[in-house]
Amino acid sequence: MRKFDEMYATLPPEPGQVRDHYKTYDRWLAQQPPDTMLRRREEAEVIFRRVGITFAVYGAKDEDGSGTERLIPFDLIPRIIPAHEWQRMERGLVQRVTALNRFLHDVYHDQEIIRAGVIPADMVLQNAQFRPEMMGVDVPRHIYSHIAGIDIVRAPDAQGNGEYYVLEDNLRVPSGVSYMLEDRKMMMRLFPELFSQHRVAPVAHYPDLLLETLRASAPPATPDPTCVVLTPGMYNSAYFEHAFLAQQMGIELVEGQDLFVKDDFVWMRTTRGPKRVDVIYRRVDDDFLDPLVFRPNSTLGVAGLVQAYRAGNVAICNAIGTGVADDKAIYAYVPKMIEFYLGEQPILKNVPTHMGRNPDELKYILDNLKDLVVKEVHGAGGYGMLVGPASTTAEIEDFRRAILAKPDGYIAQPTLSLSSCPTYVESGIAPRHIDLRPFVLSGKEVQMVPGGLTRVALKEGSLVVNSSQGGGTKDTWILEV
Amino acid sequence: MLSRTADHLFWMSRYTERAENTARMLDVNYQTALLPQSAEAAQIGWQGLLTISELLPAYQAVHGEITPYQVMNFMVRDEDNPSSIISCLKAARENARAVRGTLTTEAWETQNQTWLEVNRMLRAGDFERDPGAFFEWVKYRSHLSRGVSVGTMLMDEALHFMRIGTFLERADNTARLVDTKFHAMHNDFIGLTSDDSEQEYDFYHWSAVLRSVSAFEIYRRVYRDVIRPERVAELLILRADMPRSLHASLNEVVSNLQSVVAGSELSMSQRKAGKLRAELQFGHIDEILATGLHAFLTQFLDRVNELGAHISREFLVPTAA
Repeated sequence: MRKFDEMYATLPPEPGQVRDHYKTYDRWLAQQPPDTMLRRREEAEVIFRRVGITFAVYGAKDEDGSGTERLIPFDLIPRIIPAHEWQRMERGLVQRVTALNRFLHDVYHDQEIIRAGVIPADMVLQNAQFRPEMMGVDVPRHIYSHIAGIDIVRAPDAQGNGEYYVLEDNLRVPSGVSYMLEDRKMMMRLFPELFSQHRVAPVAHYPDLLLETLRASAPPATPDPTCVVLTPGMYNSAYFEHAFLAQQMGIELVEGQDLFVKDDFVWMRTTRGPKRVDVIYRRVDDDFLDPLVFRPNSTLGVAGLVQAYRAGNVAICNAIGTGVADDKAIYAYVPKMIEFYLGEQPILKNVPTHMGRNPDELKYILDNLKDLVVKEVHGAGGYGMLVGPASTTAEIEDFRRAILAKPDGYIAQPTLSLSSCPTYVESGIAPRHIDLRPFVLSGKEVQMVPGGLTRVALKEGSLVVNSSQGGGTKDTWILEV
Repeated sequence: MLSRTADHLFWMSRYTERAENTARMLDVNYQTALLPQSAEAAQIGWQGLLTISELLPAYQAVHGEITPYQVMNFMVRDEDNPSSIISCLKAARENARAVRGTLTTEAWETQNQTWLEVNRMLRAGDFERDPGAFFEWVKYRSHLSRGVSVGTMLMDEALHFMRIGTFLERADNTARLVDTKFHAMHNDFIGLTSDDSEQEYDFYHWSAVLRSVSAFEIYRRVYRDVIRPERVAELLILRADMPRSLHASLNEVVSNLQSVVAGSELSMSQRKAGKLRAELQFGHIDEILATGLHAFLTQFLDRVNELGAHISREFLVPTAA
């Protein structure tokens, strides 16, 4: 399979084979003594520790007593995307998220897309993430996914040119934006000279856009809405991000115990008595939001919240029930959604997806198991997955039986050769696979800061960029060349 | 602000202050132990330290016999002892982390850095190598933490609750410190002894108390006199210009409480704090000594404790039942 690198036109890299938008950086890098880079890397780690930019690992304990907190490895080499590529991606993201929000409104109202026969009814109505409680509920501006994290990978097309593909839509509580912001701060601190040599599009205004988005999502007739961030608490893996965003926006970071519902309004307990809350940016999953409606034993949410929400007295961002649109099977229909709701051709590509539920596609999947990635429709976090080329015959046969027993529980995609980017590893600089998660905000308009979070798989050959599996992050530059 | 946030800030400051005072007490005992003294006197010193912290039974349950090394370890690095320096710094940092967004970056980083460094220092054996330097470091981290807060934070409720926590804790700790004498001597009789050896012990004891609150030089400057127990008591209890005295601590508690009370109506906490402060403001050391210093301090500790509970009920989160 062909390999595609973001920085070099050839792999392994040859002199002079640097892609245009990396040329200035490459010249700079060549001038850096190796020990300077090593020192910068150590410096970055010390700063991240001191600032406390960590993620919590439940149940783990470090030898230094800092308990359950880990650093996410930060890589010094930026991922660079030329501005013209980004502009196209941005248009594609606006289009995609707009269609997804239209879809969410539709499934909880008239379900026209189902009636038109574009998406099979059972895929929506039998979906575990479908929330009947949301049927007929009107949310401000008809927006459901106010904050969307769209995972994008790059891979060579038939001609060997890089092509962006959407891998996954995260419409519930996508995280990682704080690392995007902190990585940039770190790069500017460690390498100020790089920023005077390059025109890197800034990202630091993200909290402003987010606050604007939250305020725009308030129930109508709240002229000066009170917004809060709802966190499950300091032991949640993304706690740093929750605290960071609340601080950057200058709003309260609350836990379920700080809120209560009275007369269908939501209040928070303050030192000066109860204060009304209008918008909740929740970083708690649907299941835990309201013990009266969802899990009765959950203490992370607020009793009566759904009732207040349905009464239109509080906005919840993202809305309840958005998960029905980011499912692996629904994913295959997003290009059709774009055509159906917007009458446009999709700008961003999906990874071709074969659905087990369609008999001819099922046959194709079963005939090509050793070349495909097979995913369980409702699986998450790498569970229930078969990576054909990396699997034994026995594993493939196990999957074959499982798929035959429940064909509509599986989808399959070709194994993509994810692009790589030079990365600092133990042995020096080496290519490692990366992806990109831009954060798309939907309020009065759909907007985002240029770029997103680049995650990098630190193990050689690995495609797993997830932080809980040892993935790292890089700064992402959108560059005027 | 959120009641829970105020609670975390309050306790963050209390634990920071407690770590500092524990370091101060340990440092004084450690320095005193370097002076020639009888084994019995040394024993009494270390035992007194455990007693004023109400930790004697807990210590004895684990270690039995009182040895300087064990007591220091117990008070510095034992994570099972909730009042040890490491436990206090950990609790301060956990409380800070829970509300890190409310703190300025500098204030949070100071707490976090203290925690990272104390672990590194204890692992590296810095404490055993030079206990004095370690105690000094703890004191300075506490100074830094207070200074960074006052120097960078908006003067709003968050800062006021932090200050209330600091000074309630300080009032408590100073009162316990002055009270050590009575744990050591088992009577309520101060000074005026004719026994020469006891007089000498008295001098070292009271000067140690003064040094532990950085007041030795202040004492000389204020009184221009030899160390007299009643004056030490006066300085640490009644002088409003002595930064670690009970009176000065209560002044801070009262003024910060005033700032967080929204309405004009006097709150219960304010009443209690005001009354307690008035007694210090208008009190006289002869009266206190006439009633008995130990009795006075015991009652004071009870009232400070009660005041803390009132503040919790009124503004913070009631402790989970």
